[in-house]
Amino acid sequence: MRVPSFNVYALKPKGAVHAHAREAVRMMGEERRLDILTGVWFTMGDIACAEGAIAAGCRFFAGYPITPATEIAERMAYRLPQVGGVYVQMEDEIASIAAVIGASWAGFKAMTATSGPGFSLMQENIGLAAMTETPCVIVNIMRGGPSTGQPTKMGQQDIMQARWGSHGDYEIIALAPASVQEMFDLTIEAFNYAERYRCPVMVMADETVGHMRERLVIPEPEEIEKRLVERKRAKGRVAPEEYAPFKADPEDLVPPMAHFGEGYHFYATGLTHDEWGRVRTDSAEAQFELVSRLCDKIRKNRANIVKYEAIGLEDADIVIVAYGIVSRPARAAVKEARREGIRAGLLRPITLWPFPEEQMADVGERAKAVIVAEVNYGQIVREVERFVPRQKVIFIPKLGERFHTPDELLMAIKKAVR
Amino acid sequence: MVARAELTEPVHPLDKYTRKGMIPHIWCPGCGNGIVLNAFLSALHELDFDMDKLVVVSGIGCIGRIAGYINADAFHTTHGRAIPFAFGVKVVRPDLEVVVISGDGDLFAIGGNHFIHAARRNVDMLVICVNNFNYGMTGGQVGPTTPLEAYTTTTPYENIEHPFNLVQLAAAAGAVYVARWTAVHPRRLKECIKKALGKKGFRFIEVVSPCPEEFGRRNRLRDAVAFMKELREKSVPARRKDPSEAYIGWDKIVVGEFVDIEKPEYTELLWAQIRAVQEKAMRGELRIAL
Repeated sequence: MRVPSFNVYALKPKGAVHAHAREAVRMMGEERRLDILTGVWFTMGDIACAEGAIAAGCRFFAGYPITPATEIAERMAYRLPQVGGVYVQMEDEIASIAAVIGASWAGFKAMTATSGPGFSLMQENIGLAAMTETPCVIVNIMRGGPSTGQPTKMGQQDIMQARWGSHGDYEIIALAPASVQEMFDLTIEAFNYAERYRCPVMVMADETVGHMRERLVIPEPEEIEKRLVERKRAKGRVAPEEYAPFKADPEDLVPPMAHFGEGYHFYATGLTHDEWGRVRTDSAEAQFELVSRLCDKIRKNRANIVKYEAIGLEDADIVIVAYGIVSRPARAAVKEARREGIRAGLLRPITLWPFPEEQMADVGERAKAVIVAEVNYGQIVREVERFVPRQKVIFIPKLGERFHTPDELLMAIKKAVR
Repeated sequence: MVARAELTEPVHPLDKYTRKGMIPHIWCPGCGNGIVLNAFLSALHELDFDMDKLVVVSGIGCIGRIAGYINADAFHTTHGRAIPFAFGVKVVRPDLEVVVISGDGDLFAIGGNHFIHAARRNVDMLVICVNNFNYGMTGGQVGPTTPLEAYTTTTPYENIEHPFNLVQLAAAAGAVYVARWTAVHPRRLKECIKKALGKKGFRFIEVVSPCPEEFGRRNRLRDAVAFMKELREKSVPARRKDPSEAYIGWDKIVVGEFVDIEKPEYTELLWAQIRAVQEKAMRGELRIAL
């Protein structure tokens, strides 16, 4: 892996910057790309998220400043114009998500980033994105709530809001990165899911992951491009006169998408609609058909969506369930417990939604006890309890900036094993 | 005798501009929305507008349904959010003509913040507000344009809130074109829409529209024709192209053009900046290190 030579030039005195940058680009030769910054870096989670989005092809960002997600907006404001993309700062988070949905229908991969209060404001239009099947990515760098709460402190309190925040029935995809590297990788994955399933996808990172700095490896552009998924387009697939904007393909339940300005003259509405997009507010059948398909296109594709990390689940007596930053002390505790001869394991949901239900049920069959560690007063633990009906579920809540230490979780493992 | 096949051919010159399967519309008899739709489609027809380049965005309410009736790319957003949605479309596709058509409650109560900020930025879009003085879809509640002393279902003892003057609000927020007509001025309205469609920047047209069914019935204007006559009699042409002229009240409604100016448009500035930054970045003059 190359270390780009301009990795260090920011440290040079101001006057030398331009000359140095020219030198750097020259040294990198023709291969240097502005959109995918291949190399080994030491950077912040929020910035890795922005770079992941740009690498995934995101060319529209609308946002509103909010701690602790502002760095994503700042990075996007600086970087998007360099790659021919649009950054706009809106009047609030409601406008941000509305503009993101608009830009997506105009053919751009689009995203916004926010934190708790802004996430709450976005909920209605997240429902619109689900209803109109709009690919888009919403990043929530979680702080402490409720209300204004603790803006600069970490939290994992929006997990259930991510799932149920907007009214009505819908399914959502939400990813929980646990490192700066995953901020990059899972943001790309979020775009892939959004494009593949035509739905809003959330990146739910806690403030610690958003603000900490560690190693980030950005692979070669070809390697990233191989992984990218693009939306199923109506153009080239269906003629405008035959195009039913919400007629899904039976195999994946996802309809092909037309963009504004392509001559399709489509109509999309947040009202209940049939496959032609026609308003059907009076039909129980239309309501059932639409809502069930919106849910089923995620549910029936679960096997292709669910991601998790498992350590020692084959023989574990005690299993910790933790996600985001908490999975890291949990991993250390499991390792230490194993060293001491305790059969401990870790199940880390990477997709919080859909939740790794099969894996959790499997743990419920085999383990003696399950420990759930999260920085809230009880959210994913409810999901765990659904799939672990018989064994003991030990919940260790944390609030405020201090999340679980490895020692604390090791003690919990030891206590559970007794 | 007319052959059966001929009957299925378009019989109205505006038929090709309406969406198949969506008409008849849901609006009440005597409502002004149909007049606005007709004026808008006639304007497109007379301009021979490229319908592939048109995007119609609406919000929630009676007039919110208009997007579904127009045979162009159309999107029916959530309540109050038509403008920021349209903004997202326009900034990434500046080549498209984006038109927002919505009501007074949608654009100026729940969506008021978006309106003033879009006008402030001078983003290229045409906003047509059909002002019927109340929330018609939900059964006639007080709104941000309901006149003082009017009765609505939620002001059963008289409205004591001062209404917005939409023309003055749009002008103050920075719109480059501002006009007001009523539903009894269909030709003036059509010409106004044609003019606005030919202009760049944030353009705003207020159309005062009769709602005999909800607003009228509680304010001695239950009869649709009487309501229209009232609008015709109370309408006074503006003496000068000046927003301070744009009085609206029970006694009179000043109609006409109030603002018609030029100033730099947002998407042009935005894309000029993007192109300049991109070139600079390609020359290696911008720091991109993490």
